[in-house]
Amino acid sequence: MNIVIIDYGAGNIQSIKFAFQRLGYEAILSKDAEEIMAADKVIFPGVGEASSAMKKLRESKLDQIIPTLKQPVLGICLGMQLMCHSSEEGDTQGLGIFDVDVVRFSKDVKVPQIGWNQITNLKSDLFKNVKEKEHIYLVHSFYAPLCEETIAEAEYGLGYSAALKKNNFYGTQFHPEKSSEVGEQILRNFIETI
Amino acid sequence: MLTKRIIPCLDIKNGRTVKGINFVDLRDAGDPVELAEIYAKTGADELVFLDISATEERRRTLADLVLRVAEKVNIPFTVGGGISSVEDVDILLHNGADKVSINSSAVKNPQLINDLVAKFGSQCIVVAIDAKQIDGEWIVHLVGGKVPTTLNLFTWAKEVEERGAGEILFTSMNHDGTKDGFANEALAKLSTELNIPIIASGGAGNMQHFTDTFIEGKADAALAASVFHFKEIEIKDLKEELKRNNIPVRL
Repeated sequence: MNIVIIDYGAGNIQSIKFAFQRLGYEAILSKDAEEIMAADKVIFPGVGEASSAMKKLRESKLDQIIPTLKQPVLGICLGMQLMCHSSEEGDTQGLGIFDVDVVRFSKDVKVPQIGWNQITNLKSDLFKNVKEKEHIYLVHSFYAPLCEETIAEAEYGLGYSAALKKNNFYGTQFHPEKSSEVGEQILRNFIETI
Repeated sequence: MLTKRIIPCLDIKNGRTVKGINFVDLRDAGDPVELAEIYAKTGADELVFLDISATEERRRTLADLVLRVAEKVNIPFTVGGGISSVEDVDILLHNGADKVSINSSAVKNPQLINDLVAKFGSQCIVVAIDAKQIDGEWIVHLVGGKVPTTLNLFTWAKEVEERGAGEILFTSMNHDGTKDGFANEALAKLSTELNIPIIASGGAGNMQHFTDTFIEGKADAALAASVFHFKEIEIKDLKEELKRNNIPVRL
């Protein structure tokens, strides 16, 4: 199993690499287009601010490569947000894989949302052996509203997308690599079931 | 529903845990990684590592520790203590820390908060504030609460939020070590006046104190050290008690 974590300078990639290591898989960090295209599974991480992360993607021309990938791709946190049509953060044009616009939480809730929330309405094999209302770890100020591509929901002042899926593309707003046993099951599903 | 977080804090000196630890099942009572793994398995929502060493090698030792923790632990963790530059933060986040906490360096150079937020994002920048109530006014203190400043807690906290910090870790020097409960009045004021999460610290002695800080103190998370290290409170029991009091927790 050839797992590649896209290393474009925006993300806590070490933690994701270690999470796979705990599952018994050795993931490779790479920004090389050919190496990424040759992978069995691709992880698209991201933390930080949307427009600067998108700028880094463009500089490495990976914005052209990612939408053309045919193997399963998992965007995590900001990675998922960048796979959307756009983000309100820094007025950013996204990769347009998911047909939804990322927006900021309202002032009725504390922003960022930091901590463990529950996922419900689970709709994909990504959540095989994961029960409804399990807790996952999130830290974010912007969210993807519920849409046709939503495969898991969370609630923070309103219902929103905790995970998205379109064809071979998956995205989680939460951090599976930091979500204890539940997160490990989700990463295992992405590698072994999808 | 977003749950309230329980956060054990590990004091670190030269890569080893400092405060007495009473875990019979630990092979090496001074190894922070082993202790962190046990906390992760027994229901801690997050961990804080506070480095109090003052040696030349401090930076490298802490960076090494972060790497070892990230390798083994599957819950988020924050690192604090002596962090004073963008470069410090870069290496810690790169090695796998989820958040960093700054304290004195932010008071001395508030622009550091903006610089860190611009480079790494609000979500990973925690500002720790130690304060003591003197003649009714909450005054920010430095150097582990030893040195008073001229800053008012609430004014400083507001500025910290405006500069983009993602979270505030508030320790009351009046309550720290007393085991008499958290500074709930000040916490509630912080939580109401600000729109970022507040972590309560200082004063945990029994389970009721946690219930009180989540309800009266409106805290988003509660941090404690000795009650967990000495097994006076088991996290699982604490969370079951909180749940009985209708406080949302991850069980």
